[in-house]
Amino acid sequence: MTGTARSPVQREISRILAVFWKDITIEWRARANFNAVAFLAGLILLLFGFALGPDPEALRSAAAGVIWLTVLFSGVLSFNRSYEQELENGALDTLLLYPGDRRSLFVGKLLANLAFVLAVEAVMIPAAAILYDLPLLRAAPALALIVMLGTLGFVTLGTFYAAMASRVRAREVLLPLLLFPMLIPILLGAVEATAAALGGNVMGGMGGWVRLLVVFDVIFMTVSFLAFEHVIGE
Amino acid sequence: MGIVTSAPVVYLTGVALAAVGLVLVRRQAGVRTWGIITILFFVFAQAAAVLTSPPDRDMGDLQKILYVHVPTAWMSLLGFAIIFVASLLYLWRRNERYDRIALATAEAGVVFTALSLLQGMIWGKPTWGVAWTWDARLTSQAINLVMYVGYLSLRAFTDEEERRARWSAAVGILGFLNANIVYMSVRWWRTLHQVQSTPETMSPEYVVGLRLNAFAFLYLLLWFVAHRYYTGRMEREAEAQVEERALAGGPAHV
Repeated sequence: MTGTARSPVQREISRILAVFWKDITIEWRARANFNAVAFLAGLILLLFGFALGPDPEALRSAAAGVIWLTVLFSGVLSFNRSYEQELENGALDTLLLYPGDRRSLFVGKLLANLAFVLAVEAVMIPAAAILYDLPLLRAAPALALIVMLGTLGFVTLGTFYAAMASRVRAREVLLPLLLFPMLIPILLGAVEATAAALGGNVMGGMGGWVRLLVVFDVIFMTVSFLAFEHVIGE
Repeated sequence: MGIVTSAPVVYLTGVALAAVGLVLVRRQAGVRTWGIITILFFVFAQAAAVLTSPPDRDMGDLQKILYVHVPTAWMSLLGFAIIFVASLLYLWRRNERYDRIALATAEAGVVFTALSLLQGMIWGKPTWGVAWTWDARLTSQAINLVMYVGYLSLRAFTDEEERRARWSAAVGILGFLNANIVYMSVRWWRTLHQVQSTPETMSPEYVVGLRLNAFAFLYLLLWFVAHRYYTGRMEREAEAQVEERALAGGPAHV
């Protein structure tokens, strides 16, 4: 830290990066966790395949919904852990004692969770493309944008609600109960845009849903950023 | 019924009575009085609505559920708005009164939301032939129910009082915003899927009963919330007494 010469904004950015880098390092050193979640995502894809039946046409038309539900069900497991590891040995209290804006903690954790979920998706979506016979290469540019926007909204709310849910009894059920109803606008937008992208309908329904995703992301990021101060403190 | 059917009369009387209610429930002793007024007005409004409205051309007497169903759904949505305002006020003022209002409203709101869903299905089965369609209002009301339950679960699982108030305020604020966004996005989702919506064209003989009952249910909501508010306050006082006694070395239970 070369403290004095830097502006407050620079200091917050370096705090954000420090939290981000700390979480990523922990994740990287315990890769077993990523492997487990990625394989769980693959397993969920298989389970949906069994539930929907082997008809390729039916699988393809359900693929967009299946992909996003898989993201939700596998991603939700990572949010509580993001705080649980801080609660051991009272690390969270120490983090909160550091000077500066506590919302930097939120942004840093958000970015780390975003990296984690995007990494899971980077494995899961190609697997889905194989299992469900999807035109992944043709849809790739549009899909990348949709996945990024959908995941950003998902991770923002997930990081926000996990700050509370990870610190109460029954956290396993409370987080999805609080989080999933909040995700319905994002889920609708992401599924519809993905379906349009996979169906090659780039100019049609997709644009509207992508714009809607941007609006949802901005609203939820702003509100959870503002409210985080009230949620994290003692 | 001539005088009752005029809209300004209904509105003025309704708002005036609501003001009376707000004054009465400021003191715990007034809640019972307000409850009696509410029940009397409720019976009057229901009777007036059912007796004055002719059977609907398509729905027949099934139309009467309108006077229960629509106000119930309105109160469930109003509940979200009250929680939103109370949550903002709590985070701003840090007065636990606002937290108690939010809790009381959520408990009344979850009842109104569940009832509105049930009534919707009772009405939908003979009208649409199915108890459930993915209609925007119906679907978002189901999500609202889950959000109310999630809000109350968070409260139930969080023990420390001040933290519970702060957290549920944050969840209440996001929940209200989300309730609006969900409704808009589900409606858009349905429109894109080309399902015709049912236009709300209503002839005047039905509107009067609806207005009356909107006020009747508003009074009911106010009564429930006030009742729960004071119960919450008494719970808090009892807890404080137990704490005090325990600190003084007496028995830890009441």
